[in-house]
Amino acid sequence: MLQVDNKTLNSWERLRDSDIYFSFIKSPTAIVSSVILLIIFFCSFFVEFVTPHNPFDPASLSLMEAFTPPSWTEDGMAKFILGTDGQGRDMLSTILYGSRISLIVGFSAIIFSLILGVSLGLTAGYFGGKYEMIVMRLTDVQLTVPSILMALLVDGIARGIISREMHDEMAIYVLIFAIGISEWPQFARVSRAATLVEKNKDYVSASSIIGVSNLLIMFKHILPNIMRPILVIGTIGLALAIIAESTLSFLGVGVPPTTPSLGTLIRLGNDFLFSGEWWITFFPAIFLVILAFSINLLGDWMRDTLNPRLKK
Amino acid sequence: MKFKNFIKIFFAILFVFVSTHSYAKTIKWSMQGDSLTLDPHAQNEGPTTQVSRQVYEALVTRGLDMSIEPQLATDWKTTDPNTWVFNLRKGVKFSDGTDMTAKDVVFSILRAKQPTSDFKEYISTISDVKEIDNYTVQVSTSKPNPILLNQLSNIFIMSKKWSIDFGATVSQNWDGGEETFSATNAMGTGPFKITLREPNTKTVFERNSNWWGSMKDNSLSEIHLLPIKNSATRVAALLSGEVDLVTDAPVQDLARIGNSADHEVVSTAQMRTIFLGMDQAADKLRSGNTGDNPFKKKEVRQALYQAIDIEAIKKKVMRGLSEPAGIITFPGVNGYTQDLDKRLPYDVDAAKKLLADAGYPKGFDVELRCPNDRYVNDEAICTAVVGMLGKIGVNVNLFAQTKSKHFKELKEDKGDFYMLGWGVPTLDSHYVFHYLYESGASWNKVNFSNSEVDAAIRVMEGEVDLDKRNAAIANAWKIVKDDISYLPLHHQVISWATKKNVDVPIRPNNEPLFRFASFK
Repeated sequence: MLQVDNKTLNSWERLRDSDIYFSFIKSPTAIVSSVILLIIFFCSFFVEFVTPHNPFDPASLSLMEAFTPPSWTEDGMAKFILGTDGQGRDMLSTILYGSRISLIVGFSAIIFSLILGVSLGLTAGYFGGKYEMIVMRLTDVQLTVPSILMALLVDGIARGIISREMHDEMAIYVLIFAIGISEWPQFARVSRAATLVEKNKDYVSASSIIGVSNLLIMFKHILPNIMRPILVIGTIGLALAIIAESTLSFLGVGVPPTTPSLGTLIRLGNDFLFSGEWWITFFPAIFLVILAFSINLLGDWMRDTLNPRLKK
Repeated sequence: MKFKNFIKIFFAILFVFVSTHSYAKTIKWSMQGDSLTLDPHAQNEGPTTQVSRQVYEALVTRGLDMSIEPQLATDWKTTDPNTWVFNLRKGVKFSDGTDMTAKDVVFSILRAKQPTSDFKEYISTISDVKEIDNYTVQVSTSKPNPILLNQLSNIFIMSKKWSIDFGATVSQNWDGGEETFSATNAMGTGPFKITLREPNTKTVFERNSNWWGSMKDNSLSEIHLLPIKNSATRVAALLSGEVDLVTDAPVQDLARIGNSADHEVVSTAQMRTIFLGMDQAADKLRSGNTGDNPFKKKEVRQALYQAIDIEAIKKKVMRGLSEPAGIITFPGVNGYTQDLDKRLPYDVDAAKKLLADAGYPKGFDVELRCPNDRYVNDEAICTAVVGMLGKIGVNVNLFAQTKSKHFKELKEDKGDFYMLGWGVPTLDSHYVFHYLYESGASWNKVNFSNSEVDAAIRVMEGEVDLDKRNAAIANAWKIVKDDISYLPLHHQVISWATKKNVDVPIRPNNEPLFRFASFK
């Protein structure tokens, strides 16, 4: 019966028929947060076409326009909706350029730690024995080191190794590695636990009996079945990674001010907090909050939907 | 019985409170950077001297009004134009209790003349120092030196015995990255001694009980220097009462601090000019893309000059607290005139044309090196300059770093294009020429060389006829101004912010003198 359905329905109709879709349209939080995220993703990745200003083209900047307040205030200018920073850069454009960097770093870091963590956790759960013990103790050790400290350490070592000329170019990769390396134990733990459950099921034994290789069993048969919890922590991990990136940039060890991310913008604006130019730090900060909050809400909804035990 | 005990305890507690209140008062002082080294001869840099000045003293010194006053020398006379005899103050003790004598003075002046000393140019005209008796020193110069006293006011006197005991007889080689005992310890005749030194974190100065002079306010017992690099954090620390004095209050926060009922702000024109230097000697820019050195051409230097909108920097970056400069010296220095201080007009079109005429119609790439914790809004000024030069096609890559690295790498000839600020402690133009323009001078990193200017510098050093000497200064300024060897930016205005109950007189060289500090 199921097979017949699959053949007659195309993928869109299949999606529309699914539990997930049903739960999605029933959840206003999920809809609102994903719409916000879609807008942010679109504006960030197509920022060149969305914003009228390129804040990194010195020819278009005028220092005399620096510290212009948001357009709705008394001294605001219509062309700078959210005002300008201390160099006369349009805040809105700068924020969108910055959020692109934050998103790239966040996504890359979470994919990096997902691949690393899932490979280790899956193999550990599947093979067991001493290998499993070593991997799991490794995650325990990793979990005792706070992720910001870990990222600071990696960045510090990278600064020692990489020459200064290279550092600015390499900064973004160092950051991805630093955040990724501090987040992988979550994935390793969850995927190991899920694998332990899955590997005793009949389909795994069956494949094993007919001689399917271990690698194929793990990645073709078990992996799709443990994807749900991984996707949930992946989504929440994305928000954490973006915040970690901002924290590191705020501390001055992240991306350089020449290509500011959200954290760098907040740090630069921090200098003007006392002098009343609140918009320079406020808007990047509020943008970061909205971004991380939306991702978290979406993650929460995914957890509720994908976890069969939470279903009513 | 119980009641008696209670009374005792009550009086004990009362005594503790009363005594601590009236005797132990501390001033917590903050600025963005720290002293680079405690060795008084190793680094000629503002904050370094500011710290050394609390611990060490010189033969003569500048008072609150910046005039020369006796310090370790009580009086002096010139026996002939090349010979000075100084009578030393008797009864002066170092903070370890040993007497200060002529031996220490001779030792210190010779120490400051060593090749590793950063003050050797300061006193290059001193040819010999002799001890006549325990309290008389004779200083000989190679030629008549009208500004010897000005120069000696920055040569700090160390203890010969202490230096020998701790292996500090040679000035620390700061440029070479040497670490010495004298770089982390200080022992002088001044009003304070350093009891704790954590570079870039905390330095504790305690009263030197052996000091010969008298404090304005005897209740001041300690100074804590707490450098805070981030300007917002520094202001927050001041407003929350964590520090009492900030000697480089950020210009953007002066209004906020002034509005506080417990704080006040004082500003004064500082004796310091901020400028950009361009290496004109290298055949090829280290960070360039044209394969040659565009800075060799005056047209290029002028194009950069005219592309900088200094009024915009004054208004937006400095919030009005700067004075645009035409030369690297400021009102009050011998040789300064308002006429010299006029700038070339800001003119982007003219700059573009000059650049095209010089053969760089598309501009070129260069790296601008800046400190980020030395001058008022240094990094922000550099960022603004990067944007302005971008408009004429010069693609500038900004490299801002902490001052200790910035200065060190500058001395290692690593910079093509850099920011520097210059104060003139001697209040005479000679100091500027001797360090910034003389062929091969230690801070002449633009590698300017002009025989006429070099000759004029010799005149400044040896000419006692003031009219002739001033004519030489005026001529030298005209030559270097026409050549556009540097890009002058502005004279700095400094602002000190204090708690209302703390009074530390502001001085145009930005040096607090805590012996004149008092509590209200």
